[in-house]
Amino acid sequence: MTPTLTGTKKVVTGNHAVSYGAMLARVQVISAYPITPQTQVVELLSEFCANGTLRAKFIKVESEHSAMAALIGAASTGARTFTATSAHGLALMHEMLHWAAGARLPIVMADINRAMGPPWSVWTDQNDSLSQRDTGWMQVYCESNQEVLDTVIQAYRVAEKVSMPAMLVLDAFVLSHTAEPIEIPDQSLVDEYLPPYRPLYKLDPNDPRSFGALAPPDVYMELRYKMHQAMEDALIEWARADEEFSELFGRRYGLIEPYRADDAEILLVTSGTVTSTAREVIDELRAEGRRVGLLKIRVFRPFPAQLVRAALQDTEKVAVLDRNISFGMGGIFAQEIKSALYNSTKRPPIFGFVAGLGGRDITPSVIREIIDYTESHDEPEDLIWVGVKR
Amino acid sequence: MRNFTLPAEELMGSGHLGCQGCGGALAMRYVLKAAGDNTIVVLPACCWTIIAGPFPYSSLKVPLLHTAFETAAVAASGVRAALDIQGDTETTVLAWAGDGGTFDIGLQSLSGAAERNENIIYICYDNEAYMNTGIQRSGATPFLAWTTTTPEKTPKSEPKKDIMAIMVAHRIPYAATATISYPDDLIRKVQRAKSIYGTKFLHVLAPCPPGWRAPSELAIKLSRLAVHTRVFPLYEVENGERYTLNEPKEEPALPVSEYLKLQGRFSHLTENDVEAIQEIIEKRWQRLLRMVRESS
Repeated sequence: MTPTLTGTKKVVTGNHAVSYGAMLARVQVISAYPITPQTQVVELLSEFCANGTLRAKFIKVESEHSAMAALIGAASTGARTFTATSAHGLALMHEMLHWAAGARLPIVMADINRAMGPPWSVWTDQNDSLSQRDTGWMQVYCESNQEVLDTVIQAYRVAEKVSMPAMLVLDAFVLSHTAEPIEIPDQSLVDEYLPPYRPLYKLDPNDPRSFGALAPPDVYMELRYKMHQAMEDALIEWARADEEFSELFGRRYGLIEPYRADDAEILLVTSGTVTSTAREVIDELRAEGRRVGLLKIRVFRPFPAQLVRAALQDTEKVAVLDRNISFGMGGIFAQEIKSALYNSTKRPPIFGFVAGLGGRDITPSVIREIIDYTESHDEPEDLIWVGVKR
Repeated sequence: MRNFTLPAEELMGSGHLGCQGCGGALAMRYVLKAAGDNTIVVLPACCWTIIAGPFPYSSLKVPLLHTAFETAAVAASGVRAALDIQGDTETTVLAWAGDGGTFDIGLQSLSGAAERNENIIYICYDNEAYMNTGIQRSGATPFLAWTTTTPEKTPKSEPKKDIMAIMVAHRIPYAATATISYPDDLIRKVQRAKSIYGTKFLHVLAPCPPGWRAPSELAIKLSRLAVHTRVFPLYEVENGERYTLNEPKEEPALPVSEYLKLQGRFSHLTENDVEAIQEIIEKRWQRLLRMVRESS
């Protein structure tokens, strides 16, 4: 008998929210390899497969590289596929991330943001996922466990629509191991929202085709052009998927989310769980009469440049909080935002802050410090290290 | 005279891009005759990446998934899982990899698939070096052979990796060696593999005239000599235990020099070198006979 797990409130961790999302999406082939802090995602999925809650094949491979390769085989054969990983596991997949995107396979994966070694760390930062920026994977950064679950379902919707893979990203421990009450949507509603995967082409002996054969220079570039077009389309599809999701489930997230931003003189830009902390700080500062607001970036690839431009161009100063670092340049979100604004006629000064690497807490006082710094300085700086011991 | 019947169906077109005398091309032709049209081929980086033809062509009449170098067995596992969950347990999933993709870079994922006993046929067509990139040594390159990365002054100093022993150690239901000059044996083994559930591994010696520095018309002869000199005996192993020797049956064997002297890759060998090679062959042959005896 299938236990009833849907249409109810439940207190679950971020990791288990991922598992419930994959179950509700009725994934057919899962392949994964253990890595902290991801492992609980696939542990629960193993349970779901074992007790019949989820009818799926789970291939317990010998590496993350193989996990992604298995899903590439499975998705090419018409199955809805899922995996989860972190840090070194994601890095090991790198070659196959390109393969999945180039093959236009709508694989969905959860990456639990974990700092890269050496030195070893299991705690959160975004360098693992952002290192995969140019592989052709969509990337969506989540703030809460409810958003995590909902994003898994939305991700399939968009990925299958535009034939590009999607990665949802959540902070290690702060989200992955923290339990929150969330609503587990009703399965029938999810089925209505997300019909079974029907690919245009798949490996089929009745319709034999060759997938991924050598592409000479006269066709390769067109295939890359089409991938970029698919990413452009995905901006519209994320908005549409979010809209239709809200109609059915009453929740929406946007590609970006401004918070108390309308008359703000300073806008703080965040992603992931830091956003929740920042909301609190913004409320406090607003109560003190300071005109500060927040912009959460949820969808990072495709980058919603137009939306970001519109949201930021009328403010006086922008402070970007990056929990990542591109060595020799600075925070990666800051770079993206500068790049998006450069061709705009209105370009507010942008302050780039790096904080919280390797899981160091980003507390309300850290966020206050960032806003105070931005307020008290006229000239923007590309890279300001927050709280680093020199 | 040998009498046997080949399945008439051709699932490989004549317009492929193999070199003249390519053992790998002939091996694919025979294997597909045995596997039949309800087959999906999974192809990692190897000579066959080219032989199959560039977009939008294919020299195969079965579906073909190109995948990364080290992923043949696991991508095939994924194809198998997707077929199974969609209710298709009949279609044969055939991973087709070269020696580099099997002995070296693909060994980890192959070991994983074998350990999980994935229901696939994995065929390694072994031309004994990285031929597609221009003849670099692999773990399958024989002792003292020349390649572009083992030049004549420092030919390969290690014997060929015993991939069959590795696969047999996984206790998979079926492992066998075969080669293109024994098409009846090769076809029978593929048909046998098809009838068994689990991971089936075939190690197929596929002479490469350009890489072996031999005339293309000698490909079949070299394949036969490899068997007759016991360089590449044909045998089967069931469940990691039961060994059956198929060829060579003749005693005594031809000296290995008969095989080596036709190939430019061995033209630098001294008499002592040939003796050292003969010793390795004898040792491996005796081990094989022992395994056959012990399991009968």
